[in-house]
Amino acid sequence: MNSFSANDGDRELPLLALQGLTKTFGGLTAVKDVSFTVEKGAIVGLIGPNGAGKTTVFNLITGNYQSDRGQIIFADQLLNGLRTHRIIMRGLARTFQNIRLFHQLTALENVLAGCHYRMRGGIIASMLRFPTQQHEEQAAADCAWRELEFVGLGQYGWIAAKNLSYGDQRRLEIARALATQPRLLILDEPAGGMNEQETKALIGLIGQIQERGITILLIEHDMRLVMQVCEKLVVLEYGSKIAEGSPDQVRCDSKVIEAYLGAEDEA
Amino acid sequence: MEEFIQQLTNGLAVGGIYALIALGYTMVYGVLKLINFAHGDLFTYGAYLGLTLLTSLALTDRLGFTLGMVVLVLMVMGLVAVLGAILERAAYRPLRESPRLSAVVSALGASIFLQNALMLIYGARFQVYPDNILPTATLNIFGLYLPLMRVLIVLASVLMMIVLYVFIQKTRIGTAIRAAAIDQGAARLMGIDVNRVILMVFLLGPALGGIAGLMVGLYYGQVNFTMGWVYGMKAFTAAILGGIGNIPGAMVGGLLLGVIEALGAAYLSIAWKDAIAFCVLILILIIRPTGLLGERVADKI
Amino acid sequence: MKRFKPFTIALFVASLVFAPLFLNTYQVDVLNSIGLYTLLALSLNLILGEAGLFNMGHAAFYAIGAYTSAILNTRYQIPILWTLPLSGLIAGLFALVVARPVVHLRGDYLLIVTIGVGEIVRIALVNDVFGLTGGANGIFSISRPKLLGFTIRQPQEFHYLIWGFVALTIFLFIRLKQSRFGRALNYLREDEVAAEGIGIDTNYYKLAVFGLGAAWAGMAGTLFAAKMTIVSPESFSFWESVMLFMIVILGGAGSITGIVVAAFLVIGLPELFREFAGARMLVFGLVMMVMMVVRPQGLLPARSQQLSPTLLKESNR
Repeated sequence: MNSFSANDGDRELPLLALQGLTKTFGGLTAVKDVSFTVEKGAIVGLIGPNGAGKTTVFNLITGNYQSDRGQIIFADQLLNGLRTHRIIMRGLARTFQNIRLFHQLTALENVLAGCHYRMRGGIIASMLRFPTQQHEEQAAADCAWRELEFVGLGQYGWIAAKNLSYGDQRRLEIARALATQPRLLILDEPAGGMNEQETKALIGLIGQIQERGITILLIEHDMRLVMQVCEKLVVLEYGSKIAEGSPDQVRCDSKVIEAYLGAEDEA
Repeated sequence: MEEFIQQLTNGLAVGGIYALIALGYTMVYGVLKLINFAHGDLFTYGAYLGLTLLTSLALTDRLGFTLGMVVLVLMVMGLVAVLGAILERAAYRPLRESPRLSAVVSALGASIFLQNALMLIYGARFQVYPDNILPTATLNIFGLYLPLMRVLIVLASVLMMIVLYVFIQKTRIGTAIRAAAIDQGAARLMGIDVNRVILMVFLLGPALGGIAGLMVGLYYGQVNFTMGWVYGMKAFTAAILGGIGNIPGAMVGGLLLGVIEALGAAYLSIAWKDAIAFCVLILILIIRPTGLLGERVADKI
Repeated sequence: MKRFKPFTIALFVASLVFAPLFLNTYQVDVLNSIGLYTLLALSLNLILGEAGLFNMGHAAFYAIGAYTSAILNTRYQIPILWTLPLSGLIAGLFALVVARPVVHLRGDYLLIVTIGVGEIVRIALVNDVFGLTGGANGIFSISRPKLLGFTIRQPQEFHYLIWGFVALTIFLFIRLKQSRFGRALNYLREDEVAAEGIGIDTNYYKLAVFGLGAAWAGMAGTLFAAKMTIVSPESFSFWESVMLFMIVILGGAGSITGIVVAAFLVIGLPELFREFAGARMLVFGLVMMVMMVVRPQGLLPARSQQLSPTLLKESNR
């Protein structure tokens, strides 16, 4: 369909593969026959004009929506039909376009949510404070503090999430996702609403996450960020994939220029 | 068969009353996405106001039955509508931007307040409508003897619904109400005064609810200060049954629920009559939460 | 302010312990009522306050607990306190069965359904379901509870049984709050989509908390049956559920201290103004409306930092 099948990515194993993904709402086809792969250890960007169906693709991957057709394969296993928390347990984690933190709770408690599924303590163990339960709580707290420090929020652990600045809230959401110890991190417009300085720091953070061996798939409108960090781009328009390849390849693609970059120049 | 038709018409009369109350729930829900828990109590106020006006002003003696009733209906509608507007102002407007729970609690508080205010004014006992002014005649339709009052109630409630439907479909303010129900933000951007729409909804709904209260008084001959909550719950069930936010849905839901309840009470068990509506409510929410005429909408994530 | 908290709590506990020595029987009886409502409100708080699930049919679970105890005691002569765990179990199981198909419903829909469940249970009790519940009259001559060979009769004696159970409940619930389970409930309340999206099985926690809250209400029902020696449907009306809902909201959803204070205000205060008994609900209604405008978070809202001692060790970072 296009000439940009990622040539250097072929050597790597795909961690995530979408095959012919389709989703309609009422009569509207939001995502139409979308296929692409995310190679292990890579940073892949999903771009396209507003309303192209990018977030819908994310919601399909994480099971918030069920696809009408097509397959989602993660680490050689089919994700279709699994409930969201099950998918997270397989090693995927995400952030949301419009930050969805637990606003009344502290930053630390927010990150502890990511540790939740690896813990065991139930009602009775918690009420009676069994030693194993206490041990587990301590380990989770240590893990949460580490992630907070990793994203640079170590001193804000006791602050309620709603009192953090916008950029810090985005980073807290990343810390919460990292606390699930994912293999694939899905970021939905991580730089949305950030100023230039915060964006620069974010680019550094994304690099550090990759160094930890975590694969990243992101949606972003900030083209400088996308061109700088992504090894591969997938371009959507009206729910369909129109291009795929390295940033340089995509930049030169006539369809992309026409549909997306061109349109943006006109605006 | 005779028995069946008696129960069916009885169900339609009660169903018409449910439908009139349900319209108030559904319109408020459509525009504000709020369950107006105090709506059932506005219905009770209609019943009590009707009783007071009927006995103290002796309207039917002075103006004759038909004219007296029309004046009574208009007065009850007007007064309960004003109450509805006051309720909106006092209990809901200050909470327009608050979380849902706050509005729900305030609505419950308003309901408890209205109910107990009525109890302090009139006392806790049943109040009886004077039976000498009510028509006790029965109609003979093809050999069936139906009480005139029952027939009048069915006709009146259907008439009200038609008037409301035309109002909502054909007038400017009706269109504004429909627009605000679909998307309040967009309606505001198109220059619709949403505050006026909300006020209108809180005038129309209670006016219809008040009439329903009056009808219950006239039909059963007695009213009680707590009856609003049972009728309210059932009318709400009717609104859900038809698809909440959907005006024709409330009408269909009300009539349907009235009939189900009447037939259920007659042929299953009279002791479980009040439980029937609640079972319908739970079943519909499990099987088809959008109601019979409602549309499915995707949640935005 | 914070330094005085342990002192205030100690004073409160001491005055409860010694209260029966100074109060007359009627006053102790009022305190016992407050204790039972505190217990019920604490159990509702798990569902409504911690997990944010609008449950306005809590009286149904309370009723099932009370009736289970009453039936087991009067029919099978099982000592009333022995029925405590079974009442909890049956109320909890009932909650699981009822909540399973409806728990996914959005906030106020769940509220309406729980009202419906509460009413269906009450109507079932009135209709003498399975010939077990004694209809509108209920079940009477439930035997007095015996503890370690000692028969509990006087309100003064019940005082210690009820408030002892309240103390135990608070002790256990604080620990629960400061755990993985407690936090999961809060995530659910704050943002369900985000909670599911971070690996929390939201359906499981919704059901679990309904079951747990109902089980506790069921056990409160046993204490009620033991205290009254009679149970009848009118004790479990819709208004009981409303009162409990109000105590939780008034106290501050999720706040144990707030709930104890609110139980004293809602149940105790009207006893001081008995001549205005008729206006009591009127005032409550007004308070609910004003409260939502002036102080929607409740009298003593839960602090946003509810952490267990293990986590606090890290606070010197």
